[in-house]
Amino acid sequence: MGEHRVIIVGAGPAGVRAAQAVVRAGLRPIVIDEAARAGGQIYRRPPENFKRDHDALYGTEAARARAIHEDFAALLPHIDYRPETLVWNVAEGHVWAAHEGETQPLPYDALIVCSGASDRVAPIKGWQAAGCYSLGGAQIALKAQGCAIGHRVIFLGSGPLLYLAAAQYVKAGAEVAAVLDTSPFWLRVKAAPKLAAMPGLLWQGVKLLRDLKRAGVPVLTGVTPIEIEGDPQTGVSGVTVRHKGAVKHFAGDAVAMGWHVKPEAQIADLARATFAFDEATRQWLPQTDADGRAGNALYLGGDGARVLGARSAEVTGELAAMAALADLGLTMDADRRRWLLAEKANYAKFAKGLAQAFPWPHELVAAIPDEAIVCRCEAVTAATLRASVNTAHAQEANRAKAFSRVGMGRCQGRYCGHASAEIIAAARSVSLEKTGRLRGQAPVKPIPVALKRNDL
Amino acid sequence: MTARFRRLVETDRPPVSLTIDGVGVTALLGDTLMVAMLTHGDALRTSEFAGSEPAAPEPSDGRRAGFCLMGACQDCWVWTASGARLRACSTPVQNGMTISTRQPEATWANIA
Amino acid sequence: MTQIHQSDVAIIGGGLMGCSAAFFLRQRGMSVTVLETDKVGRQASGTNFGNVRRQGRPIFQLPLANRAIRIWRDSPQLLGSDVEYLQSGHIRVCFRERPENIGKMEEYAALAREEGLDLELLSANALREKFPWLGPDVLAGSYSATDGHANPRLAAPAFARAAARLGASIVEDTKIVHAEKVGEDFRLTAEDGRQFAAPILLITAGAWAGKIAGWFGEEIPLTPRAPTMSVTEPVPYAIAPAVGVMTPEEVETVYFRQVARGNIVLGGSTRAASYPDDYRSYVLPQNTMTQFEHLRRLAPALANLQVIRVWSGIEGYTDDALPIMGPSAKVSGLFHAFGFSGSGFQIGPGVGETMAELIATGATDIPLEHYAVTRFTK
Ligand SMILES: Cc1cc2nc3c(=O)[nH]c(=O)nc-3n(C[C@H](O)[C@@H](O)[C@H](O)COP(=O)(O)OP(=O)(O)OC[C@H]3O[C@@H](n4cnc5c(N)ncnc54)[C@H](O)[C@@H]3O)c2cc1C
Ligand SMILES: Cc1cc2nc3c(=O)[nH]c(=O)nc-3n(C[C@H](O)[C@H](O)[C@H](O)COP(=O)(O)OP(=O)(O)OC[C@H]3O[C@@H](n4cnc5c(N)ncnc54)[C@H](O)[C@@H]3O)c2cc1C
Ligand code: FES
Repeated sequence: MGEHRVIIVGAGPAGVRAAQAVVRAGLRPIVIDEAARAGGQIYRRPPENFKRDHDALYGTEAARARAIHEDFAALLPHIDYRPETLVWNVAEGHVWAAHEGETQPLPYDALIVCSGASDRVAPIKGWQAAGCYSLGGAQIALKAQGCAIGHRVIFLGSGPLLYLAAAQYVKAGAEVAAVLDTSPFWLRVKAAPKLAAMPGLLWQGVKLLRDLKRAGVPVLTGVTPIEIEGDPQTGVSGVTVRHKGAVKHFAGDAVAMGWHVKPEAQIADLARATFAFDEATRQWLPQTDADGRAGNALYLGGDGARVLGARSAEVTGELAAMAALADLGLTMDADRRRWLLAEKANYAKFAKGLAQAFPWPHELVAAIPDEAIVCRCEAVTAATLRASVNTAHAQEANRAKAFSRVGMGRCQGRYCGHASAEIIAAARSVSLEKTGRLRGQAPVKPIPVALKRNDL
Repeated sequence: MTARFRRLVETDRPPVSLTIDGVGVTALLGDTLMVAMLTHGDALRTSEFAGSEPAAPEPSDGRRAGFCLMGACQDCWVWTASGARLRACSTPVQNGMTISTRQPEATWANIA
Repeated sequence: MTQIHQSDVAIIGGGLMGCSAAFFLRQRGMSVTVLETDKVGRQASGTNFGNVRRQGRPIFQLPLANRAIRIWRDSPQLLGSDVEYLQSGHIRVCFRERPENIGKMEEYAALAREEGLDLELLSANALREKFPWLGPDVLAGSYSATDGHANPRLAAPAFARAAARLGASIVEDTKIVHAEKVGEDFRLTAEDGRQFAAPILLITAGAWAGKIAGWFGEEIPLTPRAPTMSVTEPVPYAIAPAVGVMTPEEVETVYFRQVARGNIVLGGSTRAASYPDDYRSYVLPQNTMTQFEHLRRLAPALANLQVIRVWSGIEGYTDDALPIMGPSAKVSGLFHAFGFSGSGFQIGPGVGETMAELIATGATDIPLEHYAVTRFTK
């Protein structure tokens, strides 16, 4: 046992299913996860001393959450599990993992990356104010800590998570000032045939909307955000949008904003995956074959490869592991693979419907006012970014970054990269694809100068 | 200073004491440092570039209180008394922590 | 018929050398075309550490370095844009276990003074009084008040824009794949077939230049390296000078500087290989780790800081790690300026001005014998 060295990054639904497949094949993988407890984003677990049960925490997804948590617990004796460990670099067939101020290179024959997703956000004037959170962040506050992000919360964005998180807030007793969706309702109607690929999920969405309306929460679709008002010292005080030709203001001390999620593809990038532009979602995605092979002994599963949702993550995590095992010369169950591929195709159809129903508001982003901050980390405005294109002749994303500092901050462009590409494309009047892709640079997340090697 | 976060459920946990900018506060066991801080105050840190953006007609950057809560945005770093950094959204609060919301290196040119 | 783009001088390579040469050639009234595979100033000139230091250079380089420092000082007026040049000093220190370096520093300071570079030697105590963030392992230092640093991401593009304003043609996304002398003219062919001609050709193609010189019988082997670079989160601005270690051990050669916005740029320790043919360089994590280790000795106060990004770049080393500058020994009208081997940023604008002077007038006051290509082609 254990001749083949398999490393899995991520212990969300994709990573757990991948680990299960690897263990089933008789190997003992290393499973690295930055979180203290396994489960990933959607099935994130609160600290041990919290008391809400799976039903309270995960609602309709409780059974799946329980299965993931229990199956992972059963795997523990068969894997080398490394929680609270950050993968900060990948080079020359080694993963560099850091834990409690120490690091070491871990060699692999197959690297299965299931790094999940983070919120895709559009910069709105004023979004740097304290009290603005990502939609995912707002949900985590409630799920993992039992808190609301404010006393009167405005939900702004688009996508199913907008309605889910708002409804969860209402149910938990938080005050929700409004749900402001940038997508017009008719797009949802148009996308209905694709959304019907997952009738259960479609129905859940309808119920969420009903719950919100029953609770008296104003739900506006097709809004154009104008500004998040606030004070540099005390933070958010409200949101102003245009809706059906009228300007509307909602007072609140917190904003949860998000437009769906996007892959955390930094590790794949460092492991030298190739990226291709995806026209439908207007972003660069790591390239894999149907099973998740990305070349160079790299395999991608879950939302870290392409956002298809939590259920699909279980499928694509297992597929990626099966591909890795097959490439290592271990046998695989061809029937199971066929079934998984069919499942994946169905989820992909549904995801297409979601992208159509709740699109990324790229025209809005391209038109944000000059004084709006695009890059929160470095506090760079749209004016500075546009000047790097118009005055300094930056023609693509990396050049604009070098000149304007957009994307040079602590988050490494995670939260401004998509928006800045739209702004550059508009300033140059070229297609988004032509503005190129921000190249990934280590570390995946900040590391201290105090970090020491512990293997020498 | 008003609390930014509001506790809704799971409030029946043992207390934990910590000091934030010299003021003693009580949080709950299992809180992240972020929750411990934002249930007492409204911010974690100040943007390094508050008001520094020359091209902005109306620079309005200032206090920050985190953004993503999942360790991705890096907008929630705070400092311990010894100058070490903690990412507040992914650090569990511990009894006796001494936390500062101001960057300690402001004085480092003078420390021997 | 394809049209041939004609000018007085063609320059292969739009790094700091090529862009500044173009700027000064235009000032002297010559028509000039810069040909660049990628975008100007994106290779070594755009990725380097940004040290604008004279101290530590071979004594023979100081006349060139002095010429460069005047240009750096005048750069805002000259270029019409700010390249973040700060004349905030440079300090070179040695570690405790290498006391022999004190003598070397004294020797160097005496020679440098004759070339107009004043260095102040500081004992451990004097050093720490002035720079309290230096660690206990630091034994002594040599301080140059008139050196400093600048922003490499901005410098070469600023020269290119200023040159273009004066009428130079800066041709990006144009890789020259063939060049030869046909009659009085050099004839250059780009990958897509476009042609350029000029009676004078200047090769400033960095790590790629050795092979291009080979097209004219002067192939120079260049070893492509990738220095290890990092940058920290921003912290309050408190460290004025650029700081570096004097040591014979590559792994110990760390250096850092703080930019006015607050980030600290770290460089040095072991370099990796780089891949000029693929336009690629990679930071090896093990080098990042040794860089941190030696940095903690140099300035323990930095240990708390977070590094938010690492990068590298492609630089070409000649066999003696010194540059080649001047006329070709084989082909008339051909000039070289490459092989700057890890220390070309500071002298870059001086190289451009000197090459422009040499090309336009046939002579320069800067003694060029140490830079001759013949030391490799003989
Ligand atoms: C807040 C939030 C809420 C969501 N809610 C829903 C929902 O309701 N329904 C739905 O279908 N989808 C939802 N999604 C999308 C979501 O990502 C799920 O589809 C699902 O969690 C994907 O599973 P996964 O295994 O691919 O990734 P994840 O569950 O995100 O797991 C990835 C794991 O990798 C770890 N990791 C990442 N990078 C590193 C690193 N560098 N080093 C070490 N470990 C690392 C993370 O800590 C994490 O545990 C949500 C996403 C977010 C961010
Ligand atoms: C990471 C790093 C750190 C460094 N730190 C310092 C420092 O602190 N101080 C210092 O003084 N120096 C430093 N250096 C060295 C310094 O950057 C270089 O010596 C200097 O920039 C060289 O400039 P250049 O114009 O010769 O080369 P480059 O900037 O590399 O320019 C050469 C150009 O030629 C182009 N080219 C090549 N082949 C062709 C072709 N066939 N057709 C068209 N174009 C072509 C390339 O695309 C490139 O843009 C460092 C270098 C690196 C990589
Ligand atoms: S809030 Fe984003 S990293 Fe902590």
